[in-house]
Amino acid sequence: MTLTLEIIGITVLWFFLFGYVIVGSIDFGAGFFNAYSLLTNRQHILTKIIQRYLSPVWEVTNVFLVFFFVGIIGFFPKTAFYYGTTLLVPASIAIILLAIRGSYYAFETYGSRGHKGYSFMYGAAGLLIPASLSVVLTISEGGFIDMIDGQPVLDYSRLFLSPLTWSIVVLAIAATLYISAVFLTWYADKAKDPEATKLLRKYALIWALPTMITATGIIVELRAHNPEHYANILDVWWAFLISGLMFAGTVYLLWTKRYYGWAFLLLVGQFFVAFFAYGWSHRPYLLYPYLTIYDSFTNEAMAIALIIAFIAGLGLLLPSLYLLLRLFLFNKDYVAGKKEDNHA
Amino acid sequence: MGNEEAVFFSRLLTEMTLSFHIIYATIGVGVPLMIMLAQWVGIRKNDEHYILLARRWARGFVITVAVGVVTGTAIGLQLSLLWPNFMELAGQVIALPLFLETFAFFFEAIFLGIYLYTWDRFENQKKHLLLLVPVAVGAGMSAVFITIVNAFMNTPQGFDLVDGELVNISPLIAMLNPAMPTKVAHVVSTALMTSAFILAAIGAFRLLQGSNHIYHKKAVYLMVKVGLVFSIATALIGDFSGKYLAEYQPEKLAAAEWHFETAGNAPLILYGILDDGEVKYALEIPYALSILAHNDPTAEVIGLDQFPEDEIPPLYIHYFFDVMVTIGMFMVVLSAFYVVAKWRKWKLGNSRFILRLIVAGGPLSMIAIQAGWWMTEVGRQPWILRGIMRVDEAATSSGSVDIMVVAFALLYLILGVGSVVVLRRMFRNNPVEKELDKMEADRLAGETK
Repeated sequence: MTLTLEIIGITVLWFFLFGYVIVGSIDFGAGFFNAYSLLTNRQHILTKIIQRYLSPVWEVTNVFLVFFFVGIIGFFPKTAFYYGTTLLVPASIAIILLAIRGSYYAFETYGSRGHKGYSFMYGAAGLLIPASLSVVLTISEGGFIDMIDGQPVLDYSRLFLSPLTWSIVVLAIAATLYISAVFLTWYADKAKDPEATKLLRKYALIWALPTMITATGIIVELRAHNPEHYANILDVWWAFLISGLMFAGTVYLLWTKRYYGWAFLLLVGQFFVAFFAYGWSHRPYLLYPYLTIYDSFTNEAMAIALIIAFIAGLGLLLPSLYLLLRLFLFNKDYVAGKKEDNHA
Repeated sequence: MGNEEAVFFSRLLTEMTLSFHIIYATIGVGVPLMIMLAQWVGIRKNDEHYILLARRWARGFVITVAVGVVTGTAIGLQLSLLWPNFMELAGQVIALPLFLETFAFFFEAIFLGIYLYTWDRFENQKKHLLLLVPVAVGAGMSAVFITIVNAFMNTPQGFDLVDGELVNISPLIAMLNPAMPTKVAHVVSTALMTSAFILAAIGAFRLLQGSNHIYHKKAVYLMVKVGLVFSIATALIGDFSGKYLAEYQPEKLAAAEWHFETAGNAPLILYGILDDGEVKYALEIPYALSILAHNDPTAEVIGLDQFPEDEIPPLYIHYFFDVMVTIGMFMVVLSAFYVVAKWRKWKLGNSRFILRLIVAGGPLSMIAIQAGWWMTEVGRQPWILRGIMRVDEAATSSGSVDIMVVAFALLYLILGVGSVVVLRRMFRNNPVEKELDKMEADRLAGETK
């Protein structure tokens, strides 16, 4: 397997999608836990921790997603035809949810405190967004799009009646909550807030098993739904084994209440390996069986221009992101809430 | 849903999204520079009024940025959802600036987050001000890259079309298309002009409401000065845009000016209505169109007679042109008068009448932005990619666009109302006077410590 421009392109995009999965999950899950704690009158434990993390980074999360879909049209313009035509409704729903959630977050945080209903809506939207976005992964497995008069058409009834769809939706939600809870456990621990740590650790342990069970279930379902992909997954079984071991590591550390930072790192590793193994086995298809990374690829001049732009852009972004993390996420005083509120 | 309906609703939804987004995008591009100016003046003059000005603007700015971000995400996705055939074709040539825009925005977002949360965190205030530079640069570059994509739709280049396939593609040449310089300059300059006039309008509004605080007077004066500079720049760039259109998109210029027959000594038609193909009640400025198009009062200007019937843009873009130019000129005169009046200390400068005009200037400038975009977008019809792809060939074949129009209309209503309510509440609950008193008290407390 040679390193072609197609592979470089899809790898770059996959990295950003992975970034979105992690930072997005933390964000979405945090909103849910916040709403849930309101419902169970435990708001005093969690709200502060969650807000201190979310406030400075909310906009950055969104950019990961934009980066991915702008990039995929750039590297693989034909995806616009297949996915653009068929995803109008699910993607529009996701946009509307993202829009309401994002802007009302800003309204609430920088404007004035609204009432509780808003927090519930915000929390619910945080679960609906991963669910609606995950449908794209389901569709990419093939079997839901028919070509009618040369135009791709999405078969909604088949999509909604497929167990695969719902397994992926459940995985998206469970993973969101799991990732978020593990991260926030670590964050609360760093903030020296034992009460919040205890509660979040409990949430993390609760959501660990459902995440693993649905993920395994999906692989089994693929055997019937898309045998070709299933066979490719079995080829990289060792990667999923590594991912599983990392999962066990996270759960072990959480269970024994030790090294929450490492627990989170192992979790990122677990998802990273599984995410890339999944992507690798999906190759070369962007959409079974119509679209591969090869026949949808843009011209060489554009691909090289995009890759150069990407490298130059990273040169600019990485130091900036580092600064952001250093000032907020890894700043002990800020995390612990010792710094005064320096907000404008 | 037939193709015609899908095209109609796709256009409707795109127009709606862009018209809503451009309000927040304009503020997003212009206001960071205004915040920077105020903070810089404040540090230099050691005047806490300007510092507070920067701080309060920054607070309001976050709300508009949030709506700008989410509507920008919407239009980014809608390009592919509503115009898949266009993106499939054009993406091969013009994806680079779209991609770069994401980076510019990313850069802006990171530093805006840092800037907002680091007030008073640095000993040296200038360091904090420096954090705004990447915000302003990122915002400006976002506008530049996106406008480049729009310019490409007007004058596509950087490829050869062979049997319907694009070959010999050069992304950089596509970016440096003939429409780019004037369009980019016009968009950036009008964003700065409009942002300045909106901020001036807010200050003037408070003065009219009875607050006689020097804080608002400083804000109005500073912003009208900035607005004057950029409204003059906008007028100059508008003149260049006329010359660009005459050379590269003569049908757009001719449709906007109701210039039917190719002729020299062409007059500029302002206002008026079109009655059965006849222009009535219009103001004709002799030779002005020839001058606008070619800097020569006798030069020949291509008329609509040179184009096939089905390639002529809708003639109602003339009204958009009228609105845009009238408001632009009005703002130049108004802001010039105000600055001179302040400088010569004329009483009229502080009159309620002038303040009312300045209040009106904010929304009027935004209307001019809308009119300008409607003129250029409708003026490109029937093309989505001029000379290469028509709008009706580009649209989605999906049957659900009409429902999406309703859904997004509701969304924009919620966001629009929400942002206005939050902004009003934010500043009403925390008036300038109260905040200045608190700053004073903090300072005294600091000195006695």
